[in-house]
Amino acid sequence: MSLILLIEQMLNGLQFGIMLFLMAAGLTLIFGVMGLINLAHGSLYMIGAFCAAAVAGLTGSFVLGLIAALAGAAVAGALVELVVIRRLYAKDHLDQVLATFALILIFSEGTRWVFGSFPLFLDIPDFLSGPVTLPGGIEYPLYRLTLIVVGLLVAAGLFLLISRTRLGIQIRAGENDREMIAALGIDIAKLYTIVFALGAALAGLAGALVGAIQSVQVGMGEPVLILAFVVIVIGGIGSIKGALIGAILVGLTDTLGGIFLPELMKLFFAPATATSIGSSLASMAIYILMAAVLVLRPTGLFGARP
Amino acid sequence: MTRETVFNAVVLAALAIVPLWAHVTGELFTITLATRAVILALAAVGLNIALGLGGLVSLGHAVFFGIGGYAMGILASHAQNYTPLMEWPFLIDGTKSMPVIWLVAIVLSALVAFVIGLLSLRTSGVYFIMITLAFGQMFYFFSISWSAYGGEDGLSIYVRNGFPGLNTLVPIQFYGLCFAILALVLLFAAKLQRSPFGLALNAARQAPDRVETVGLNPMRLRLLAFVLSGAITGLAGALFADLNRFVSPTMFSWQMSGEIIVFIILGGVARLFGPVVGAVLFVALEHFLGDLSDYWHIYLGFLLLGVVLFARGGVIGMLLGREKAHD
Amino acid sequence: MKKTLLAAVAAAALGISPALAEPVKVGMITTLSGGGAGLGIDVRDGFMLAVKQSGNEELEVIIEDDQRKPDIAVQLADKLVQSEKVDVLTGIIWSNLAMAVVPSVTAQGKFYLSPNAGPSALAGKGCNANYFNVAWQNDNLHEAAGAYANVAGFKNTFVLAPNYPAGKDALTGYKRMYKGDLAGETYTKLGQTDYAAELAQIRASGADSVFFFLPGGMGISFLKQYAGSGVDLPVVGPAFSFDQGILQAVGDAALGVKNTSQWNKDIDTPVNKAFVESFQAEYGRLPSLYASQGFDTANLLLSAMAKADVNDADAFRSALEEADFESTRGQFKFAPNHHPIQNIYVREVIKEGDIYTNKIIGTALNSHTDAYWSECNM
Repeated sequence: MSLILLIEQMLNGLQFGIMLFLMAAGLTLIFGVMGLINLAHGSLYMIGAFCAAAVAGLTGSFVLGLIAALAGAAVAGALVELVVIRRLYAKDHLDQVLATFALILIFSEGTRWVFGSFPLFLDIPDFLSGPVTLPGGIEYPLYRLTLIVVGLLVAAGLFLLISRTRLGIQIRAGENDREMIAALGIDIAKLYTIVFALGAALAGLAGALVGAIQSVQVGMGEPVLILAFVVIVIGGIGSIKGALIGAILVGLTDTLGGIFLPELMKLFFAPATATSIGSSLASMAIYILMAAVLVLRPTGLFGARP
Repeated sequence: MTRETVFNAVVLAALAIVPLWAHVTGELFTITLATRAVILALAAVGLNIALGLGGLVSLGHAVFFGIGGYAMGILASHAQNYTPLMEWPFLIDGTKSMPVIWLVAIVLSALVAFVIGLLSLRTSGVYFIMITLAFGQMFYFFSISWSAYGGEDGLSIYVRNGFPGLNTLVPIQFYGLCFAILALVLLFAAKLQRSPFGLALNAARQAPDRVETVGLNPMRLRLLAFVLSGAITGLAGALFADLNRFVSPTMFSWQMSGEIIVFIILGGVARLFGPVVGAVLFVALEHFLGDLSDYWHIYLGFLLLGVVLFARGGVIGMLLGREKAHD
Repeated sequence: MKKTLLAAVAAAALGISPALAEPVKVGMITTLSGGGAGLGIDVRDGFMLAVKQSGNEELEVIIEDDQRKPDIAVQLADKLVQSEKVDVLTGIIWSNLAMAVVPSVTAQGKFYLSPNAGPSALAGKGCNANYFNVAWQNDNLHEAAGAYANVAGFKNTFVLAPNYPAGKDALTGYKRMYKGDLAGETYTKLGQTDYAAELAQIRASGADSVFFFLPGGMGISFLKQYAGSGVDLPVVGPAFSFDQGILQAVGDAALGVKNTSQWNKDIDTPVNKAFVESFQAEYGRLPSLYASQGFDTANLLLSAMAKADVNDADAFRSALEEADFESTRGQFKFAPNHHPIQNIYVREVIKEGDIYTNKIIGTALNSHTDAYWSECNM
């Protein structure tokens, strides 16, 4: 295991984590501000990817596809918020779980009805393809580097939004005490719609960016949703900082675990068994991490102290 | 006799009569559907003890469902291969006897529930939901790669296990067995709800601080509820494996956990028969909506959405109105 | 979902077709909803095309959706056998669902014709007189890849597959035929979509070639990432990652990759040409290997129906074993364990106009049977 390989794997873990952050940021905002468990977040990720694939397929431009993803997911998010989610705030978490679970069914089969059962084509643009040589002689795909940069930019943008703008103040106040800011005259309904649409746009962006190097198909959002929940739980609900740190932790654990656990097992077992056991452990790694974090810190790393 | 008691009696009677009628008219598949509904209802009744009564939303209850299933699968497959499970330090043979398998399923599920509960009950709210999910995922990925017992391919048990005095291969007899178990567990749950333990648990759900000042330990109450709940869902898992004569990692999946929760919410949380109504409705919808179109999940989604938005308190709440404060 | 289809309305114009006393009821359980629906839809479309073309009114097909869930598949099988009283079952795509359904169906005396899943258990120790596989045994396409690797001069392959039984079988199959060294052997997570780590490993391993089995979306992700990674080694894999439905989603990243399959649209027989043309005319898309398998399954069944009565199990079984029909891949023959003896070809991914498709460039294995037939005690 050379140093170059190690650094490359760490970059991979970082990139994976940053993309998770885009999903987790939206999810943690929605939960933190509105107290809403949104299982349909994965569907918004899928909608973003499908919008990008459709528009990029029609126009041939990846950038137009990205814009379509942002817009499409935001619009879908706003619509869903106005029609369905609005009625769920007063209800308890269980009702929210059922309602958003129903939304997953509707979005998934609806997408399959519109776009068909086969995966769609979406590719990275030529100007972002190919590897780039980093200091130290490491060859790394340019597109993945771009993802890391974009993700960090989004994170910076979110931090600025939360800490420096009026909207950010309203969001932070809303996380703290919903009733109070309503009493102070803030239009809660509009705030919620904006936050939901923002979260949706982030998810859609993630879907489009990641869909370019993975598969754009129905159901692509659910595995990511689970991971995003793991991230916000590790990081602490309502905290963007927690989402970022949690995401990077999860990304690194998953990537490095997948490489090192089989190798570690080879110290104890024959190669074939070691690879098998190591891979099993690697799939369970992030859940073990989450359980460990929760046992030590029941509200996550940066969550509100009880 | 409250409206709810009458309603419950009607549901129970329907669950007895419809399959009998199907048996007489030779509609064997209806009996199979009913058995599936009853077993899933049992799993949900188990969860409801933790969720409805205790307020513990466990998104990992499929763990116990899967443990029950694999307890059955492992024991029965060793029996049908005539190989022992373990030879050292003591000999454990496989078995195809249902009562023994149920005992193992219940005890194992309870043990695992105890451990998971100890670790998870330190958290609350959505953190609890997630940590229970995490345990579910751990078991799921483990079982996929455990090739000794089929991994993702699962384990097939060719002949249904035996119950003394019955021919379990006859659909109506197996149904009768499952129905009897459900009825007994419902009776147990009803008694539990009214017992001192149940009242304390209910109180702990609503006002944990007050319960502490009275001298009870909410954590212990919740742990006990979680263990009981896990054991019952484990039993349901063993029955499910017997129904399908097949066990696979999907029994551990988070989608399965989600479905069990959906049954409860659909029927009505904290209603004794809520899980039963929810499971029966879901199985019926799954079967009949499928005839409508290839995209029938959409209709199911809209229906569930409608129930959540417009039917307060699930289907039972919609039918019976708000529950009274007490009898 | 229940669609009962009666092939052609009988009316009065009967009599010419071979006198076939009993109508045959077929239950098709396949995946028609959710993520993996493309394969089930292809199998169904291929099957029904053959049924329609035969004009045989004695065949009734009941189609059900298993949603890729083993317990639903078992339930549907129970329904088809107990309520609908079908004579023959078919349709299952996935090996884990097949393992749940096939043993009990055949134990109840019904015939099962598999248009896709070919788990090794059912080819060897678990074989059954009523079970026929019209597609392949799961290892076949991987073995062919291993054989091709030898011919292509690969000496140091990096192999990867997901950590589940079909994945492990894939690597076992490849290693059975492949004679070179392994630069690395990795089991990925089932459903994994990010292969950056594995690609880095491949680059660092000094491999001269890559073999992978990653069905569905996993393969799409891997190929796209492979193309962008700068690793430029020859890639070989089974057709499952390169079928007609998947290729359009992968695009240029798949060009030039070699894959193994028992069928391709350019197999030069009249039957195959007619099949490809009629499929495209009927459904507006090119057929995949799954569609060809569905088509062949239907024709096998029809050929048996023409020779024997389905109620005479022994006679019907013999008729099935004879496999006296023209398949899309040429000569079709069963081994003693009811799995096909056939050629496995090597194909290369090319672009024809706007469509990505495959072209046969050679034969990897001739008249190949499977590795488990000797364990079968039929």
